[in-house]
Amino acid sequence: MLNYVLARLLTFIPTFIGVTLVSFSFIRALPGDPILVMAGERGISEERYAELAAQYGYDRPILVQYWDYLTGVLHGDLGVSFVTKRPVWDEFFSLFPATLELSICAMVFAVALGLPAVVIAAVNRGKFFDRALMSTALVGYSMPIFWWALLLIIVFSGNLQWTPVSGRIGLQYYFPDPTGFMLIDSLASGQKGAFSSAVRHLILPTIVLGTIPLAVIARQTRSAMLEVLGEDYIRTARAKGLAPARINGIHALRNALIPVVTVIELSVGTLLAGAILTETIFSWPGIGKWMVDSIFRRDYPVVQGGLLLVAVLVMVVNLIVDMLYGLINPKIRKR
Amino acid sequence: MTLLRLRNLSVEFATASGRFRAVDGIDQDVDEGEILAIVGESGSGKPVSMLAVMGLLPWTATVTADEITFDGQDLLKMEAAARRRLIGKDLAMIFQEPMSSLNPCFTVGWQIREALRIHLGMGRRERQARAVELFEQVGIPDPVKRLSAFPHQLSGGMNQRVMIAMAIACKPKLLIADEPTTALDVTIQAQILDLLTALRDETGMGLVLITHDMGVVAETAERVSVQYAGQKIEEQPVGPLFRTPHHPYTGALLDALPERATDRHLPTIPGVVPGQFDRPAGCLFSPRCKFADATCKAQVPPALGPELGRARCFHPLNTDERVAS
Repeated sequence: MLNYVLARLLTFIPTFIGVTLVSFSFIRALPGDPILVMAGERGISEERYAELAAQYGYDRPILVQYWDYLTGVLHGDLGVSFVTKRPVWDEFFSLFPATLELSICAMVFAVALGLPAVVIAAVNRGKFFDRALMSTALVGYSMPIFWWALLLIIVFSGNLQWTPVSGRIGLQYYFPDPTGFMLIDSLASGQKGAFSSAVRHLILPTIVLGTIPLAVIARQTRSAMLEVLGEDYIRTARAKGLAPARINGIHALRNALIPVVTVIELSVGTLLAGAILTETIFSWPGIGKWMVDSIFRRDYPVVQGGLLLVAVLVMVVNLIVDMLYGLINPKIRKR
Repeated sequence: MTLLRLRNLSVEFATASGRFRAVDGIDQDVDEGEILAIVGESGSGKPVSMLAVMGLLPWTATVTADEITFDGQDLLKMEAAARRRLIGKDLAMIFQEPMSSLNPCFTVGWQIREALRIHLGMGRRERQARAVELFEQVGIPDPVKRLSAFPHQLSGGMNQRVMIAMAIACKPKLLIADEPTTALDVTIQAQILDLLTALRDETGMGLVLITHDMGVVAETAERVSVQYAGQKIEEQPVGPLFRTPHHPYTGALLDALPERATDRHLPTIPGVVPGQFDRPAGCLFSPRCKFADATCKAQVPPALGPELGRARCFHPLNTDERVAS
């Protein structure tokens, strides 16, 4: 197991260098000049431009710039944002908990709703519930996410006034946020109503962000369940006189979980990179919104650093998920 | 005493191209403590009648019968939950493919202890002790260690022993073994058959052995029921069946045994078991039978008397037993 983890960590090195290269060249390939964007509409004098370019090192050859960036990264220095003048590292980790909280909630929503529904659908294959669930999943999968979000806002925030439109918590609440997770911090603050406000702010973004993973889980798990239900060991379980709920929920589902974990693994990448649309629509102060804003501002250090951190996170999560496979299915357990 | 009693049992499958009758009006008795072999070629529907008894057929199957009684209880009228209390406890079954019949995600010990917990409500320590005892009974060395193994870590023969241990865990009255040795090496086959016979002697359970291997039948069985295309065509105790088969199909099966071959070429039965679309009108075996005449092709033969092994045939073999023996 340790050898396996070490081997996997070794493969991180080329991926890591590749990501630095891509993030470095990607932002420079975009038209636009960070110094001109910083100067704003009034423009900038030639002397001042040269001065700033020299200060940020943009007057030097591109390869030297990359080398500076790479050595900086290896020393743990991701640079300082042009706009806020704060280190990228600090900005990332002050915003990341918001994204993580939303991602976790969305995944929990998708799994908690998806798995039981799919087990019932697979067992009652071809019947009304199965067909209804699969059509709903197809709609959920193909629906534009921004339209779905707006629809929910109109109904639940506008007409029914059940949920707030945007943000993470009501403006009347103010408390320190040691963890950055609003659910935990609001509970810890002890302020009356703070926690329920945080929950209500989470509901719509969670549903919107969890819809596509939910639809994918539903479709993937159903086919996996159908396959497993035809296996010999399910017949054995029936021959033991077990109740259908136990056969489907334990004997079959455990074997069908592998594709579910794969779906989760794939979703985690997109979720952690920040659900750009969802965060923008609900003004959710997370990584996705931060990255999009930085791209528009040509904030080179933020885009480079943000991409890199997200990539590393995705790599780590994938490693963890690969180890989870072994826990679920002993046949692929690494020894 | 009769343990299992089937009367006029039929099983039909709904297929995309219409209904297919896999079991066609079978009568079958299994007595306490006896070893009954059900033999026939592939496609004869051998395991289907027993799967119907176990309630393990897929939803596409329709089971009809005048009577299915097990140990005095009417399985036809029984509620699903009550039947589940019976199945896996008094009525157990093992299958052809031990490797795929065990759940790959759980240790073999877990799978055995599960049966003990569900049916007998044993406590944790009691279950473990009984599981060890069962592994010793079926001849698995180092039982404590093996209990925590996963199926893929054990050989096919070991897995079949695990299946047997699981099946006899609750001391069943009847064990149905569907081709228990077909997927195993020849050397292991004999061990498994010896184990099943020994367990029968020890516990007095009835044993139904479904097989296509006449060698297995000769070694193990006491009574033999020959099935062809979903019908029972002959039934005799094992000795008389091998000496004086009455149905031409049984005779042809025995002639095809390598041990009995007199020629350089092994005799075979031409053709295959009729399927869904080529079911003959009269005797089902008539297209392949060398004795068949116009009557056989037109009329369904009735079952003959017990002295002729209840053979379904117009032209039974060895009608004069004295000549044959």
